[in-house]
Amino acid sequence: MKFVDEFRDRELAQNLATAIAAAARPDRDYYIMEFCGGHTHAIFRYGVQDFLPANVHLVHGPGCPVCVLPVGRIDNAVELACDNDVILCTYGDLLRVPGSNGMSLLRAKAEGADVRMVYSCLDALTIAAENPKREVVFFAIGFETTTPPTAVALKSAKAQGFTNFSVFCNHVLTPAAITNILESPEVRNLGTVALDGFIGPAHVSAVIGSQPFEFFAEEYQRPVVIAGFEPLDVMQSVLMLIRQMNDGRAEVENEYTRVVTREGNVKAQALVAEVFELRAAFEWRGLGLVPYSALRIKEEFAEFDAEKRFSVSSSVGKENKACECGAILRGVKKPTDCKIFGTVCTPESPMGSCMVSSEGACAAYYTFGRFREEERQETPRK
Amino acid sequence: MTQARKPYVRPIDFENRRVDLTHGSGGRAMAQLIEELFEKEFDNSLLSQRNDQAVFEVLAGRMAMTTDGFVISPHFFPGGNIGSLAVHGTVNDVAMAGAKPLYLSVGMILEEGYPLADLKKIVQSMAAAAREAGVMIVTGDTKVVEKGSGDGIFITTTGVGVVPEGVEVSADRAMPGDKVLVSGSMGDHGVAIMSKRENLTFETEIESDCASLNGMVEKIIAAAPGVHVLRDPTRGGLAAVLNEIALQSGVGVKVREADVPVRQEVHGACELLGLDPMYVANEGKLVAFCAAEDADNILAAMQADPLGRNAAIIGEVIEDSRNFVQMETAFGGMRIVDWLAGEQLPRIC
Repeated sequence: MKFVDEFRDRELAQNLATAIAAAARPDRDYYIMEFCGGHTHAIFRYGVQDFLPANVHLVHGPGCPVCVLPVGRIDNAVELACDNDVILCTYGDLLRVPGSNGMSLLRAKAEGADVRMVYSCLDALTIAAENPKREVVFFAIGFETTTPPTAVALKSAKAQGFTNFSVFCNHVLTPAAITNILESPEVRNLGTVALDGFIGPAHVSAVIGSQPFEFFAEEYQRPVVIAGFEPLDVMQSVLMLIRQMNDGRAEVENEYTRVVTREGNVKAQALVAEVFELRAAFEWRGLGLVPYSALRIKEEFAEFDAEKRFSVSSSVGKENKACECGAILRGVKKPTDCKIFGTVCTPESPMGSCMVSSEGACAAYYTFGRFREEERQETPRK
Repeated sequence: MTQARKPYVRPIDFENRRVDLTHGSGGRAMAQLIEELFEKEFDNSLLSQRNDQAVFEVLAGRMAMTTDGFVISPHFFPGGNIGSLAVHGTVNDVAMAGAKPLYLSVGMILEEGYPLADLKKIVQSMAAAAREAGVMIVTGDTKVVEKGSGDGIFITTTGVGVVPEGVEVSADRAMPGDKVLVSGSMGDHGVAIMSKRENLTFETEIESDCASLNGMVEKIIAAAPGVHVLRDPTRGGLAAVLNEIALQSGVGVKVREADVPVRQEVHGACELLGLDPMYVANEGKLVAFCAAEDADNILAAMQADPLGRNAAIIGEVIEDSRNFVQMETAFGGMRIVDWLAGEQLPRIC
């Protein structure tokens, strides 16, 4: 297929593998975090590790919107669906995420709640139009990529005078999460987690541009290479990062020039600014309360804010005690370090969110990479 | 003496009427529906005896029997409908034992208010599919449920067939060294349904591959009576079938993504919809496992069948106590092809 196959070319992959092997110095290790779940998925689905030398380590970051959603917010959504008799619309991935006591939206649906899977928030608006006597709530999640469409839905709801539509907003922000990881004691003080550089987000950067990442490169002296979601994009960015590390540079480079500019999509940014504002703090699974890391709906759109329309408690939620999702999302632990990985926690009955979404590190490890466990001799982290 | 007057029976108005509760009540309306629709279309001596069961001679040897419920939504899709699917699906399940399918039974659950015109089209497609596959629909049952208690039409078909002597096809017979073949491109049915359901239009319409494979199976058995495993990759796609066989046979499977045939349009639609063709349903394809020396003969037999022109050898069976299905990606790396978790596409058949 045109414009896709070119970025999955086997021969080019071999050439890049040779170049990476030549560039990687044998006397050191390279720890590279791919922030986005999209990259994690591509790495496992295409077997990108098979092309990398043993001293180049990919650390999987928290960039999977389903994975970072705290249990409390799932509980809220279940409450909305069960106690308020609303039609709760959401993306398919979220249905299976376990909340407190193993309750999920899928289970709520089976027990009679009206939960519907949609492909876009505009579908939720259509459902609201078709069911004028019912309250319809869209459970919105996602990073900067899915925020503009939610903004569009809110604006059209207002323009068309909907009285039965609202959004339960859980949109989060990438730069705040990266800062949080770099500021975490494991990375900053203890040095227990090595992070030498970042593969920067693809679609998120298409919206916000590469400019916001310049701060990290400068402040934390970590190189960032924005990369596309195809396997050759990932390999090319790894090569670019290794070269920066070898030269002692810490810059923002853009591998994904076919889509990403320094400024990003200004129109989408303006749309988001019109509808949303920063929350002072928001809880992330694994990262805890992160300041200014999420968006809420502005006062002008308050009538479409499910948190104002219904009583949404600030429940803390109960996670499975043995679940290591938190540490895995910070890059402190690997999925295989978790005691319940692959035993009681599997994609069929996930205990933690990282096992639910196909972009989650645990699900990717389990679904695509399990065969490596016994074959690979683990190199201890420095 | 006055002669008893023969009552006039107004033929069913299939064009304008709808299914109502009397069509399943056991009264005249039901008898009329059976006569004017099912008997007329399915047309065979066993059905027209109008008994509550079909009685037929049993041949010596082993028989194969299967049953399958069809709840697909939408009922009509490019390349077929719920009726043709209900025949093909069951014929294929019988054929995957290496058997020759002979008889089918049909159970229909209709919802009050379903257009009789649609029912007629569905029954006609079933009849055509049965004729094409050389099987007889010999007995059936019709029930009508109140509006709101069903989704228009659900069909259950049961099939029986005979297994030729000396044929021993079973999913626990794959062994290390076996070759793995598929009879054609993967994912056509699932993508056809999905594109219809989501109202997505592509440049070329993707048709379901829905077809009976008993003809191809006959050719395969003739070419290599010792073929180990045959299975049709329906729900869960190729990935599910390879995992089932690996587990049942206690082996591992290694396939090459580059050798798995996927049509360009299907590949494109999967990219767009975020689906993996390995997991998308097929309704007219089969997977075969056979000894390495039989592989070329079976491949030739598949390719000689009009439904198997794109058949290919896609991998091998290896020893693996973990029963993993591994794939060398087209990119060149290795990955697992795992069981499907959750539901990729509900109500696909």
